[in-house]
Amino acid sequence: MKRWQRFKSSYFLYSFRRDPVAVSSFTVFFLLVAVAFLAPVIAPFNPYDTTIIDIMDAEIAPSWMEGGEDRFWLGTDIQGRDLFSTMLYGLRTSVIIGLGAVIFQAILGISVGLTSGYLGGRIDAFFMRIADIQFSIPYLIVAIITSAIFQLAFGVGRFEQMAMPLLIVIIGMSEWPKYARTVRASVLGEKNKEYVEAARVIGLNRRIIMFRHILPNTLTPVLVISTIQVAQAVMSEAALSFLGLGMPITKPSLGSLINAGFEYVFSGSWWITFFPGILLVVFTLVIILFGDWLRDVLNPKLYKG
Amino acid sequence: MDKSNHLLTIENLVKHFDISGGLLDQLSIEKGRVKRHRTIVKAVNDVSLFIKPGETLSVVGESGCGKSTLARTILGLYPPESGQVFYRGDRIDHLSSQQMLPYRTKMQMIFQDPYASLNPRMNVERILEEPVIFHNKSIRSDEVTEKVAEVMDLVGVDPKWSDRYPHEFSGGQRQRISIARALMVDPEFIVADEPVSALDVSIQAQILNLLMDAQEKRGLTYLLITHDLSVVEHVSTRVAVMYLGCLCELATVKELYNSPRHPYTKALLSAIPRLGVRQPKHIRLKGEVPTPINLPPGCVFHNRCTYADDRCIVEVPKLLELPSGTFVACHRVEEGRLD
Repeated sequence: MKRWQRFKSSYFLYSFRRDPVAVSSFTVFFLLVAVAFLAPVIAPFNPYDTTIIDIMDAEIAPSWMEGGEDRFWLGTDIQGRDLFSTMLYGLRTSVIIGLGAVIFQAILGISVGLTSGYLGGRIDAFFMRIADIQFSIPYLIVAIITSAIFQLAFGVGRFEQMAMPLLIVIIGMSEWPKYARTVRASVLGEKNKEYVEAARVIGLNRRIIMFRHILPNTLTPVLVISTIQVAQAVMSEAALSFLGLGMPITKPSLGSLINAGFEYVFSGSWWITFFPGILLVVFTLVIILFGDWLRDVLNPKLYKG
Repeated sequence: MDKSNHLLTIENLVKHFDISGGLLDQLSIEKGRVKRHRTIVKAVNDVSLFIKPGETLSVVGESGCGKSTLARTILGLYPPESGQVFYRGDRIDHLSSQQMLPYRTKMQMIFQDPYASLNPRMNVERILEEPVIFHNKSIRSDEVTEKVAEVMDLVGVDPKWSDRYPHEFSGGQRQRISIARALMVDPEFIVADEPVSALDVSIQAQILNLLMDAQEKRGLTYLLITHDLSVVEHVSTRVAVMYLGCLCELATVKELYNSPRHPYTKALLSAIPRLGVRQPKHIRLKGEVPTPINLPPGCVFHNRCTYADDRCIVEVPKLLELPSGTFVACHRVEEGRLD
């Protein structure tokens, strides 16, 4: 309750309210995430339920166009699924993969960055070289090799089931060095401050000093890059799915929907690619705009928090 | 010297820092050959001293002379290159952090910068209760609250403010909180690293009085690091003068101010401005302090000392106890050529 009071009177909330870009981007983001997670309730059809899909409904135009039907607001895709419902489910898949990948890379990157920054020396050199190597391998190559090996080892059917966790791990693995470097840089600045020495004089062990004293003081830049990273992860997932390495078409994400409709753009069914594409652009844009505001507001040169 | 009678004894303490960087930075080519070159800062060189229970030993010297390094090495924040530290006769410089724990409640530290020494993400209550809970896991939470309130009262910060964050306090109040944190574990010995130099002059006196009150009430022993000679005269029992990582002179405050022995101490004391007194014999030192990376041979002070002769250039002077109880490291004093 006290925390809520403090938050209500904080500079953070004050500047949020005064910035229309921040308010609108956060509102859109919040709405999209809410709609995505409420998809089973909101969506008129369940695109995962094969019994209600009729191939005769394929490639119906959006309802306001010639040949459109009222049942399908944004038309249907090539398999006869309602595009609006499929997009909602697809957005949910994209958000889960995006957040999951960011949480995965944050946990990995923060632990590595904290350890190598605080301990320094050889451990630092070792982890940072691994991070360099990881950075120099394009994640597409990693994704292609991993999914190829996985499909070979466990079969395509199993791959379709495991696609989501696999994508989370692949995207997470490819981006953790960003967190590791950011955290390490802040830790190097923090660890020589006197409050850390005071903690050492008290006799606290390294783990407590690292996680309880240093980590909270390095989280500001982490928070900022996290927003950008969510957008990045959603885009990476879309790119992978577009290349056919991501979510299978039976459980499409936004990327696989864009991919599926891509072949039909020139035969006139532009909506299958267009609407998921717009949704993807809007979703990543609002995250990036919000992250931009967050970076400004948390900048200690502009405001001392 | 009887170590167990002294609270703390330091013998031949040496602390060097390697600032040469990675292996690639160390390599250089000289006359067609690859040579490995290391850059070492010799921060503390062969310092020996002891601290008696209940006294305030001040360490003075200009910036970069190794005062703070000495303090941090004593507390085990830096491992010494060689030499020994004894606490009530028990050697503590080689202990692991686990073995060091019982001494952590006896030795505490107060830092220079009250803006950096308190964790900005913790409120005062958490800052103060952390050491108590860490060293006494079985303590009840109401006892902790009581203790926090008691110590906050002692240092003159209203216990009502315990849920506030450090940035909500002024510099002087923060320094009081910093002192409170050191007092939370009921230590016997406190190292104060320039506790007042970051504060306004009007606040300095308050903090010094607070430190002296706490000493009286709790029987504390202080090692006070400072470069403010008027503070030293006001609070200390004995004074150690350091120059370039070496101990020049160690004497009681009266002895040191009335009859300084070492040429550097003389120069240092003559630089104190005095109100209403015209000081004709202000000793000017020539040159600059040499870098601690390349220490001069012999006495570290020889290239600035007006009395230096050939022996000073070659031989490092030993710390010598004079009949007055003063310790001084100077060939001239040893030979009796200087009063």
